[in-house]
Amino acid sequence: MSADTVPVTGWGRTAPTAARLIRLRSYEEAVAAVRGCGARGGIPRGLGRAYGDAAQNAGGSVFDMTGLNRVHAIDAEGGSVLCDAGVSLHRLMEVLLPLGWFVPVTPGTRYVTVGGAIGADIHGRNHHVSGSFSRHVLSFELLTADGEIRTVRRGTPLFDATTGGMGLTGMILTATVQLQPVETSLMSVDTERARDLDDLMARLTASHHQYRYSVAWVDLLARGASTGRAVLTGGDHAPLEALETRGRLAGGTRARRDPLAFGTPRFPAPAPFLPEGLLNRTTVGLFNELRYRKAPRARTGRLQRISAFFHPLDAVPHWNRIYGRGGLVRYQFVVGQGQEEALRRIVRRVSGQRCPSVLAVLKRFGDADPGWLSFPVPGWTLALDIPAGLPGLGHLLDELDEEVAMAGGRVCLAKDSRLRPELLTAMYPRLDDFRALRAELDPRGVFTSDLSRRLTLQAL
Amino acid sequence: MKDAFGIPQSLLVLGGTSEIALATARRLVVRRTRTVWLAGRPSPALESAATQLRSLGAEVHTVAFDALDPESHETVLGKVFAESDIDMVLLAFGILGDQAHDEREPVAAVRVAQTNYTGAVSAGLVSARALQNQGHGSLVVLSSVAGERARRADFIYGSSKAGLDVFAQGLGDALHGTGVHVMVVRPGFVRSKMTAGLEEAPLATTPEAVATAIELGLRRRSETVWVPGALRVVTAAVRHLPRAVFRLLPL
Repeated sequence: MSADTVPVTGWGRTAPTAARLIRLRSYEEAVAAVRGCGARGGIPRGLGRAYGDAAQNAGGSVFDMTGLNRVHAIDAEGGSVLCDAGVSLHRLMEVLLPLGWFVPVTPGTRYVTVGGAIGADIHGRNHHVSGSFSRHVLSFELLTADGEIRTVRRGTPLFDATTGGMGLTGMILTATVQLQPVETSLMSVDTERARDLDDLMARLTASHHQYRYSVAWVDLLARGASTGRAVLTGGDHAPLEALETRGRLAGGTRARRDPLAFGTPRFPAPAPFLPEGLLNRTTVGLFNELRYRKAPRARTGRLQRISAFFHPLDAVPHWNRIYGRGGLVRYQFVVGQGQEEALRRIVRRVSGQRCPSVLAVLKRFGDADPGWLSFPVPGWTLALDIPAGLPGLGHLLDELDEEVAMAGGRVCLAKDSRLRPELLTAMYPRLDDFRALRAELDPRGVFTSDLSRRLTLQAL
Repeated sequence: MKDAFGIPQSLLVLGGTSEIALATARRLVVRRTRTVWLAGRPSPALESAATQLRSLGAEVHTVAFDALDPESHETVLGKVFAESDIDMVLLAFGILGDQAHDEREPVAAVRVAQTNYTGAVSAGLVSARALQNQGHGSLVVLSSVAGERARRADFIYGSSKAGLDVFAQGLGDALHGTGVHVMVVRPGFVRSKMTAGLEEAPLATTPEAVATAIELGLRRRSETVWVPGALRVVTAAVRHLPRAVFRLLPL
């Protein structure tokens, strides 16, 4: 166990706070660290991809889990894996793809840990089919505030409080995860364009749910008649015979020789101190225009690598640096089925304000999972990345929060860095159950984060 | 905690009747700030400031605090920090004095120095340590452009602000990397009750403008903020004027 006091931020690089970063290397060290942490508590941290302050703990401890990264057992027949919480999805893909298995749910980056995936109950492009990550977790071991290690199984209150619980119920040490079988490591991808928001929503409603993975990139700088124009992408794991017929695409000859190879390109990282304002209305507008026009009007059956389909940004390490010193704000909300009007209003607001958002992603969620603070509910979810330095952004997002809350929706806690605490109860109706369980399980508030302080996630 | 834009949820104002501080507090309360501690000498003005902020929806506490009594700072501020985390401390107390009168009455001049400098050193250090223990927070120090160069018209006040300014800069460096952010704010001539009756200097500004600049500085995590921004350039030029020339200027 080694510790330093260092400034810590989330992936958005806003609001740094200082904490003792404790690198854990064994379960014994984890128990000792939790038992011995001071009055300001501690919070587990994986690879730091949460955008806001979920894995920060000002003046207290931050438990770096990435040293606990062993894959203990793989059931290659039944398709499950038992591994440490600090194992990344990237590592799991490296290990599992050659055996014909894939992680059940992946977000836009492979560089999240299994513990973080459970704590944030992450979702992916297959939510409408597969639900969130916790649906595929069979059980996990949780180190609670009293220093005990409990085995937590599906269907128990502790399971539902921990999945999506942002690390505040305890430290996940290991987990058993059910996997998804695949024949190849390639994706068969269909692309189409939507000329405006109505067209986009119609397409997503009509046929897009037939794809296992479905998502739309929206050009939020487009205005007027083309407000909400988008590029839709639908995909599924390519079956082996697809390589026979279309093997030429995307480096197909190699793919045929080794259909389960896991290739991941890496480009150089941006310089650490880029000026703010690199991503402005002009540059992002040009980029969006190009991206929209470059996309084919309709193309089917293109073969893509897993890394290119799911995680294009992972190819650039530290891509968050391009937002400069001021950092970025990720805003993601969901509004339920039947609240399409609210979604339209929000898209029009954002387009009207000319937010230079490179990344704006719309998708439909399927059934919710039982996690008390789990984000997904059936409906529409939109995620945007915006430079934090944009004038008036705080005010705009506050107004969008109101709109979302009025529509019975919610914002995603794993990405939040600025929500008004008052709106939280409306967005997460099971918050009181969560607080009550925390008060009982962790009366001293050992597990505490900047997020839990900011939004008062502990008992009042 | 601060949000992504550096806006605090809890604010401690040292010098709770300062117009600049109250303009800043009003602005922050409209955004995210829910708890405000107004520290100052108990007075009707302090209470009415509290009432005004309450009407905007904040939970406001008043604290008896005297800049001229450094011995008490540890206890008084310790109590505030023991209650809850403070996301931002705004060090805003200070007196202008009366230059002509204070030149004749050294005791009165010392009072300006003790309030503006000595009191700030003690309150600043006490706050800095508390912020460091909680691992986050902003300490915003109201300096003045008067501290940049001695002027015939206000060098007693100016020298106290010069001391404060250097102190705050050094403190900022000392706290670099601790999660605590120190921001020095250098307004020019501010139209307020402090300057009522004085002849207005060029580039005069208002408490509201200073508040706006503070909010922007918090978002940018700036170390120095000039209000108005043009003063940065003007002062840089003035600082390099030869004394013989500077003396002749009608400043």
